[in-house]
Amino acid sequence: MSRFRLEIRVIPRPGLLDPEGKAIQSALHSLDYDQVHEVSVGKVLYLDVEAASAEEARDGADAMCRRLLANPVTEDFEIDVLEATAETVTT
Amino acid sequence: MRVAIVTFPGSNCDYDLYKCIQLVGGTPEFRWHRDVELGDVDAVMLPGGFSYGDYLRAGAIATMSPIMDAVKSFAGSGGPVLGICNGFQTLCESGLLPGALLRNRSLLFSSRDVLLRVENTSSIFTQEYEAGQILRMPIAHAEGNYHADDETLDRLEGEGRVLFRYTNAEGEAVDSANPNGSARSIAGILNEAGNVMGMMPHPERAVEPILGSVDGLGLFNALLSHLSPLGAA
Repeated sequence: MSRFRLEIRVIPRPGLLDPEGKAIQSALHSLDYDQVHEVSVGKVLYLDVEAASAEEARDGADAMCRRLLANPVTEDFEIDVLEATAETVTT
Repeated sequence: MRVAIVTFPGSNCDYDLYKCIQLVGGTPEFRWHRDVELGDVDAVMLPGGFSYGDYLRAGAIATMSPIMDAVKSFAGSGGPVLGICNGFQTLCESGLLPGALLRNRSLLFSSRDVLLRVENTSSIFTQEYEAGQILRMPIAHAEGNYHADDETLDRLEGEGRVLFRYTNAEGEAVDSANPNGSARSIAGILNEAGNVMGMMPHPERAVEPILGSVDGLGLFNALLSHLSPLGAA
């Protein structure tokens, strides 16, 4: 078994009202960054997990997102396996 | 009417509900989120507050509490379940009600009285009201912006499952009377079977004249007369 570090990005579904993104966009416009057409605000979670492979680590995270970490009504999610952080010695 | 009021870490309207149930002649009982059984009760209520600090999403962590399995099977067997504010968020997160509550479009926590129009008077929660009656109740939330896809919203409306809508004093569901940006000004909804309801406004804080409104009493009285048709509490 190995330890893997996962990055999970939970983002509001496109087209959904994102008042926080709108507020940040208008703040950027007030700084004259007129090139910004859209801002979307989500959250990033980092998980250290134990798994036999990167694929298993990702599958586990996928299930966690579906059951708890993302709301299927309003959010999408993306998972990256960043690195194998350590080998776990089993006796 | 014996009512289980579920307290989660961070619930803060559980005592308001307790007092309210006593006021209408019911018997309230607290249940802790770690309890696994509801016991012999006639109804279950999930109070407002900030369960688990609203971490992840409002109401999301509460759905993992041990008591929620009992709440789900109680609801599944037809028992009345009412979720107010954070309780409504928890019912949506648990899948007992459709949709989700997003951040208010103002991004602000909004604590003030709102006006609601009664949309359906045939439910066990609203049968004491008159159709189109305008109620005054407080709201106190930052995530009360009801969202569901158009198909779900059409279905809710078509099946009479929108119980309350935010309106102005004339009873018009205009945008300026919508305190949080909720789709179609929806303030409270019912599940398909008609026994689970959730709402963002606080009827339990509108049950005595000193609170500024008694318009919430009708909801609790309706449930009481549904559960105790002969008038016995």
